[in-house]
Amino acid sequence: MPSEPPASRARREFLRRSLVAAPALGLFGGAAALGGAHAAAPATAYAPRYFTAAEWAFVQAAVDRLIPADAEGPGALELGVAEFLDRQMDDAYGRGELWYMQGPFHPEAAPTLGYQLRFTPRELYRAGIKAVDDWCGRQHGKPFAELAPDQRDEVLRQLEGGAIELDGVPAKAFFAQLLTNTKEGYFADPMYGGNKGMGSWKMIGFPGARADFMDWSEQPGKPYPLGPVSIKGARA
Amino acid sequence: MKRMPPVDAVIVGFGWTGAIMGMELAEAGLKVLALERGEYRDTSPDFSYPGIVDELAYGIRGMLFQPLARETVTIRHGVNETAVPYRQYGSFLFGNNVGGAGVHWNGQHYRPSPEDLEFASHVRQRYGAKFTPPDMQIQDYGVGYAELEPYLEKFEYLCGTSGRAGNLGGRIQEGGNPFEGPRARDYPNPPMADTYGAQLFADAARERGLHPFPQPSSNASRPYTNPLGVRLGPCNFCGFCERFGCYMYSKAAPQTTILPVLMRRPNFQLRTRSHVLKVNLDAGGRRATGVTYVDAQGEQVEQPAELVIVAAFQMHNVRLMLLSGIGKPYDPASGTGVIGRNYAYQMMSSIAAFYDPDTAINPFIGAGAGGTQIVDDFNSDHFDHGPHGFVGGAYLFGGQTGGRPIQQLAVPPGTPAWGAAWKRAAKQSYLHTTFVGTHGSVMAYRDRYLDLDPTYRDAFGQPLLRITFDWHDNEYRMTRFVTDRAQEVVDAMKPRQSSQTVRQPGDHYDIRQYQTTHTTGGVIMGSDPSTSALNRYLQSWDVPNVFVTGASAFPQNLGYNPTGLIGGLTYWAARAIRETYLKHPGPLVQA
Repeated sequence: MPSEPPASRARREFLRRSLVAAPALGLFGGAAALGGAHAAAPATAYAPRYFTAAEWAFVQAAVDRLIPADAEGPGALELGVAEFLDRQMDDAYGRGELWYMQGPFHPEAAPTLGYQLRFTPRELYRAGIKAVDDWCGRQHGKPFAELAPDQRDEVLRQLEGGAIELDGVPAKAFFAQLLTNTKEGYFADPMYGGNKGMGSWKMIGFPGARADFMDWSEQPGKPYPLGPVSIKGARA
Repeated sequence: MKRMPPVDAVIVGFGWTGAIMGMELAEAGLKVLALERGEYRDTSPDFSYPGIVDELAYGIRGMLFQPLARETVTIRHGVNETAVPYRQYGSFLFGNNVGGAGVHWNGQHYRPSPEDLEFASHVRQRYGAKFTPPDMQIQDYGVGYAELEPYLEKFEYLCGTSGRAGNLGGRIQEGGNPFEGPRARDYPNPPMADTYGAQLFADAARERGLHPFPQPSSNASRPYTNPLGVRLGPCNFCGFCERFGCYMYSKAAPQTTILPVLMRRPNFQLRTRSHVLKVNLDAGGRRATGVTYVDAQGEQVEQPAELVIVAAFQMHNVRLMLLSGIGKPYDPASGTGVIGRNYAYQMMSSIAAFYDPDTAINPFIGAGAGGTQIVDDFNSDHFDHGPHGFVGGAYLFGGQTGGRPIQQLAVPPGTPAWGAAWKRAAKQSYLHTTFVGTHGSVMAYRDRYLDLDPTYRDAFGQPLLRITFDWHDNEYRMTRFVTDRAQEVVDAMKPRQSSQTVRQPGDHYDIRQYQTTHTTGGVIMGSDPSTSALNRYLQSWDVPNVFVTGASAFPQNLGYNPTGLIGGLTYWAARAIRETYLKHPGPLVQA
């Protein structure tokens, strides 16, 4: 493969602009040399726009167990995944505008035929959280967010396996939605509110928006030395 | 209704085949109009760095895909079931806007094997008529490899495809695909470098006596100026290819190969935000008079034209033919009729290979097509199917197209889906995992077809297309056989652990899992008007001034990615229109 850059005007223009937009490789050292900048704001500093106070307590308590903080790396709560979820609920996605939502609805259809509930994502969260909190109230005398971590894990496991019968909401569908969106927030670019300080990318070794490995594709098996950058140009 | 001035040719849909036809017919001097329901999109500003490398927006939410809220399809597994809508993206991804799915494909650029084009005749001759089950409806394309070869090449040279020939004029070439049909010329560009995962795969495959070669990629391996004078830049393995537009001008798309020239042609015009509702026919129903579309203001507009090219995505082509009443709709009870006949898909499997921490796979280094190694020993009819009881096959591939963490991170089998154990596994696996997969054919069957849904409608009130599809035994047997071969290669790669995803007999088609966007059939080509909608030049048997391009023409599905054949067939049809049809408008083949 040729190592010389092409002469095309478009390519030159791209390089010029991308040098402005994000640091080129080689301008700074390896990931270890790049500390700083990681000062994740506490999740409570964010004021939710969609979730009610009770729902906000639920999502924080849930994401904290779905991806907990420990010595291996950051948890979903400290990376702002609850904020990510709230912002998604207030977006076209949360309003169901990316899905075909015309009836009739056949929730009894085979699961292999895909999602067939009448709920948009934000409606599914609203109904699901209420149903889980009601269930926890009956079983434990308090809402989900006030349960001990191991009790919350047990409730989540039962939702995952469909062992809990919720009022009006299929438990497995609600859990799947919550887990999918939690992982999205954990790994998406930080501009969406989660993955603060690119904490998940640093943990696994994903270089984020670098997206140029011309000089590393022919060094097979050699560890990549640079830490991640975000779409807005932050480094970690 | 508003009536626009007539044009010589109107093209419905402005993706790959619309752009090719637009260029060819404009070069022939026709006044050409393309109607695209989406927006104008170009590398800059729409796919530019860094905004495009956004996994959530493009890879997960699907910003480049057709909005399902306005139009989708419905799906059922069998003819006696009620179909339900495809409400969220999963199994396949519809394109939208200028460039269509040609923007967010991977650039995996294959030719068919010669026997694929004469599949029914070939299977009957080699294995006998009783080798396949009675409900399997395989057919010949009506065009052979030798006559199509120059047009397959033309599309590769347009795209700047990077690869290594395996058969030049009948001479087998070391390091290429020894099973391919003869090529007159080599690829326009050399192959891209292999990723580490691909190297591990190729070494193990060679050790097992197989014939690995670099995947033919329409991701350019070096700067390249195509025959239209449009220039592509070299791919930099950014890892954001399928589902994304290419910010490097490296992935062949209408925008990077044709549009810079075509858009300047004075006899070519593009109208975006123009959604075609139907092809209009004259009173006798034997001649198209143009199309009716809804414009950006929501008004219905009549566009007269002498020639109509239906060039939308495969499913949309089928639906437009049904909505327009061109050709007899297929009836699975009698097995008669042609529109909707022989819908097929592809059968995939994959194996994740997990290595120890001292093996740096660096999965984020990936290209859509380049950098991957392929084994074609078990595809098409490259081996004796006699002992195995199925037809068709798959190529095996090794490597990865990127390491985007939301979609492409794998954890070892037995790992919980969440919690501390999942996080630890994600951290330990991410940099040290690669993939081997199989990409397999699916035959056509009497009870697998497309028609209009009786219940669900799009934003304009028109019925959605209904898919009736599930797997058959032939495909379960095929995938078991090729996945066993893939597992042998993976075992020789000596990972710490591997995990296999394969569809088992009895597993239903699962619309929730992405498999491929290579849906085929429904407006198929052939030599008999009772079993095909189009003749060998993609011309409607019923309405000869209508041509239908795209994978809707495939009589059954290949083990290869379809785009190379789609481009070749489009050039083949364009040549017939330019050299024969325009001189004597009418049927190019007598029924």
